[in-house]
Amino acid sequence: MIFKSMTKNRVDELATSKSRGWKGVGESFARFSQSRPALVSACVLLLLLIIAVFGPTLAPHDPIKIGTGARLQPPSRTFLFGTDQFGRDVLSRVLYGTRLTLQASIIAVVVAAGIGIPLGLIAGYAGKWTDAVISRFIDILLSFPGILLALIVVAILGTGLTRVQIAVGVSLIPAYARLVRGSVLSAKENVYVEAARAGGCSAFRIATRHILPNIFVPLLVLSTTAVGWAIIIATSINFIGLGVQPPTPEWGADLGAARSYLGVAWWPGTFPGLAILVTILAINLLGDGLQNALDPRLKHRMIMEK
Amino acid sequence: MGKYIIKRLLLAIPTLIGVIIGAFLIMHLIPGDPVEVMLFGTSPTPEQVAEMRATLGLDQPLFRQFTTYMWGVLRGDLGESIQRHAPVAAEIAQRLVPTLQLTFAGMGIAIVFGFSMGIIAALRPNSWIDNVAMGAANLAVAIPAFWLGILLILLFALNLGWFPVTGQGGGKRLVLPALSLGIGYSAIIARLMRANLIQVLEKEYILTARSKGLIERVVLFRHALKNALIPVITMIGLQFGNMMASAVVIETLFARMGIGRLLVLAILQRDYPLIQGIILVFGIIYIISNLIIDVLYSLVDPRIHYA
Repeated sequence: MIFKSMTKNRVDELATSKSRGWKGVGESFARFSQSRPALVSACVLLLLLIIAVFGPTLAPHDPIKIGTGARLQPPSRTFLFGTDQFGRDVLSRVLYGTRLTLQASIIAVVVAAGIGIPLGLIAGYAGKWTDAVISRFIDILLSFPGILLALIVVAILGTGLTRVQIAVGVSLIPAYARLVRGSVLSAKENVYVEAARAGGCSAFRIATRHILPNIFVPLLVLSTTAVGWAIIIATSINFIGLGVQPPTPEWGADLGAARSYLGVAWWPGTFPGLAILVTILAINLLGDGLQNALDPRLKHRMIMEK
Repeated sequence: MGKYIIKRLLLAIPTLIGVIIGAFLIMHLIPGDPVEVMLFGTSPTPEQVAEMRATLGLDQPLFRQFTTYMWGVLRGDLGESIQRHAPVAAEIAQRLVPTLQLTFAGMGIAIVFGFSMGIIAALRPNSWIDNVAMGAANLAVAIPAFWLGILLILLFALNLGWFPVTGQGGGKRLVLPALSLGIGYSAIIARLMRANLIQVLEKEYILTARSKGLIERVVLFRHALKNALIPVITMIGLQFGNMMASAVVIETLFARMGIGRLLVLAILQRDYPLIQGIILVFGIIYIISNLIIDVLYSLVDPRIHYA
């Protein structure tokens, strides 16, 4: 499990990638649809989204009711994934957990983008001292372990689901800020920005109307990867007991609870973890596929680094 | 060289000050009154509140508080833990060794697995062995360390009984925690090692080495590997801080009393001086490890200018 596999270099690579604007979206999509692992992972993620939306109707039992079955029953026909220490259905908890995990990570990514994008725009557009101060700060934060940043925020705000979402979001801000700043710096040199400036557009208008739409694709790639990090950091915090409170069904928290019963039951400690693995694997492969589609120049390198 | 090291040391000072400010601010960013947050649930008398405020120096002006904190840090005094009634520095010092043990052991595993997988894969690119190695790497990057730990406990501790389930210290008790921590990072090293080695093996000086009749082993170890290593070393150094932070999760799983576990307990108990101290120590270790990488890097690659 890697808390921060997106290094400065990879963020910078995204910032200078060639696919820009809406034309870039079409071209990238055509390339994307030719990659089999990327397509398979997109299907898996679609399935997970469906589970997240319809989980409650799909779940065979109530995930929270104590004593749905006997305690710690091995997987059987009634309880496909077995029951946990309170006799709750593990399958139902995993299905409900899908919604909670995906929702939490997407909220975190929205928080990160909401603060990181404006920060990067300001740094890249203002230049000089403002840029120097913001960039230095961001670089230090970016090389600081993500889970530690999130834990600092949890320490300040306190434990609980919403606070963990905010904490994870904050830990992802530096990546967004750096990507946007880099993109702004390279976009600033373009003729259309010069034209817009000559036409009397305000800095704010140039940033939001001309520069942002043009970095849509790199932002999409970053956001895909960021959802993956968010899931890893959030499930880790829930696992160590600083996140959601019982009896909320959440993959990391359920694994944390299953820890004490590993000697008698392997199933509560196995299935939620499998769910995390499948989700992260699909997101990583999708991210690789997207990045590849975004910039074919990287293809050579991608093959090398496969 | 000496000049370069001194320059790097001086450059680390602003970062260090930043880390100290960051740690100091933690207590001041708490929404609400930190004293009431820390005494929550004990229904304190106004005298107790006032007394605690005075002990923590929170009745002083902000700037004064900061200079006091900074002066304390410089003398190695990190304040006193609220729950444990003991100096924070002593609490941390006691817990630092298990965490460093875990981090270095995990790093060792990451390097051994990562190097061997990366080299084997690079020697026969796109063969079945390459595909297996890189497939495994994809899986290892995606698996959460705490779940890998659970699987290792189920298999090696509970089923086979080879290693203890939990435990403090080194030896047998360190094997499973180090594996859970190291395997994910070995995958990053393997991918990077493979990519670099493939590139280096295509270079002309490798062709020259081969054509003058050197045996393959010498070509690989003396010529190719040395050049492929440089980016890998940087990566290993950068991951050191991340691995140490991951100890928070691994120590919880294996019930090891390191500073990661201590941080979790401090957050649960809202013991802010202890939290501040641990974050500060993490920050300082992060600065030191970055410093060591930079110096190592310049030793491995003589082309780097010390400018």
